Amino acid sequence: MGKVHMRVYRGNSEGGQLKDYNVQAEEGMVVLDVIHKIQATQSSDLACRWNCKAGKCGSCSAEINGKPRLMCMTRMNEFKEDEIITVMPMKTFPIMKDLATDVSFNYEINKRIPPFTPVEGADWHWEQEDVDRVQEFRKCIECFLCQDTCHVLRDHDKMAKFAGPRFFVRIASLEMHPIDALDRTALLKNEHGIGLCNITKCCTEVCPESIHITDNAIIPLKERVVDKYYDPLRILWNKVFGK
Amino acid sequence: MAMDVRTKRGLGVTLRKDAWWLEPLFYQCLFGGFVVYATWAALNPYGPNGKAYYEYGPYLSPMFSPFFNPDWLHKLPAWLATPALLVLWAPAGFRGTCYYYRKAYYRSIFMDPPGCAVGESCVKYQGESKFFIFQNIHRYFFYVALLFIFVLSWDAILAMMWPVNGIGPDNHSNLGPKEFGVGVGTIVMALNAYLLGGYTLGCHAFRHLVGGGLDFLRVKKNNPIRFALWSVVTKLNERHMQWALVSMLWVGFTDFYIRMCAMGVWHDVRFFGFINKIGHIFGAAT
Ligand code: SF4
Ligand code: SF4
Ligand code: FES
Ligand code: FES
Repeated sequence: MGKVHMRVYRGNSEGGQLKDYNVQAEEGMVVLDVIHKIQATQSSDLACRWNCKAGKCGSCSAEINGKPRLMCMTRMNEFKEDEIITVMPMKTFPIMKDLATDVSFNYEINKRIPPFTPVEGADWHWEQEDVDRVQEFRKCIECFLCQDTCHVLRDHDKMAKFAGPRFFVRIASLEMHPIDALDRTALLKNEHGIGLCNITKCCTEVCPESIHITDNAIIPLKERVVDKYYDPLRILWNKVFGK
Repeated sequence: MAMDVRTKRGLGVTLRKDAWWLEPLFYQCLFGGFVVYATWAALNPYGPNGKAYYEYGPYLSPMFSPFFNPDWLHKLPAWLATPALLVLWAPAGFRGTCYYYRKAYYRSIFMDPPGCAVGESCVKYQGESKFFIFQNIHRYFFYVALLFIFVLSWDAILAMMWPVNGIGPDNHSNLGPKEFGVGVGTIVMALNAYLLGGYTLGCHAFRHLVGGGLDFLRVKKNNPIRFALWSVVTKLNERHMQWALVSMLWVGFTDFYIRMCAMGVWHDVRFFGFINKIGHIFGAAT
């Protein structure tokens, strides 16, 4: 590989701009390597967050050529030679410096989800089929790329009313849990605003763990909300059979 | 200083370099085209001299099935008095509130969002929590759609019963005995029922109903049948988009095929007529 043309966002909460860098890239590099090379050879004050370089810690989220992706999982050889590669921090979260954003909004949401609470006297032995469905949700690496892409947060700024896809995934993992005792349906509808999601699936498109966020977490949760609030026959059924 | 690229907003604002606009454009053309054809076909059930265009002998267009033609319908303005009016509300409601179609038209028609990480014009957004809250009725349309699978499968079976006395100039089967036969149209109609089955049975509301609503505790012991059903529906659900689009196009094509036969533009080829011939020989011999 020869020289690559990078265009990286430099700035902080006051504002910023894109800055061009020409970098000598080596065979097998990922975008994160090139960012590190810029740090090492041209701008030692360029800020970025990373940890594992293996797509598992969820730290290096950014927007590469406009697409929310992990920098460590984006190979340089997928770009054309002499293509300008733009690297931006995630748009939805407040910027700290350069590529590092403040994602603490997510941790605040997380605190508002009642944790796993086993039913009393639960039998802890289950069959694999019981486990499989919630296992998918456990793959989440909390990269928050889905939160970044979701237009409810990104374009409509509904931070105060909407938990976002990552947390629907977490709630699904609890709600579908075989021995969890709590019912978070009311919370989902009211405080976490699942009705604001219009199932347009961008979260699913960007998830680096390929979690079927919309089909397996959000839509099944929406159906549970329908059971409880919008389906007259179901509500009647539950009343009669005392559910 | 130039406008900060990070905070810039508005319809279509993005740093994406790929042709993200292609997808909404494609669906606008596809859905637009289908809606125009379906409306035109529904409003034009008859040709000159009361010739039926919705049927050809044993074939009945899925846009007109189950076929009802009550007298009161003809009290409506003539252009609206089509038997399709009594049918199409069901598939239209079912598809209109389907989770897949919702995704597709929120993106391509409402541009909310037009693409992932592509800006939109920020009008007051409520998602499905205010006006679009009616989408929650979807499961009721599903119950109706379930009936339609049976109706359309029955139509495909009837499409194998050919009138021995032939088809009249109005395209109705002439009265008299029937004989077995399979035409291209029969296959087209059977495929239509099959595709609609694959689409309908992969519905998210159905997936929830058969087992998704359970927390799966001791699934094998307590709910083995529901688990098995859920697994099958999940398999179909994974390809729900493909089923949705192919079945939609095939409904359109089935109507078009029957219409073309009814207009005399296409000539339906019939197979298996020979079985009847053999039947006749044996019938004559005994
Ligand atoms: S499907 Fe819902 S949660 Fe996911 S990106 Fe779209 S609006 Fe957001
Ligand atoms: S659900 Fe996927 S995209 Fe969202 S935080 Fe988890 S791993 Fe990242
Ligand atoms: S550095 Fe850990 S996911 Fe990229
Ligand atoms: S979700 Fe598509 S038909 Fe029900």
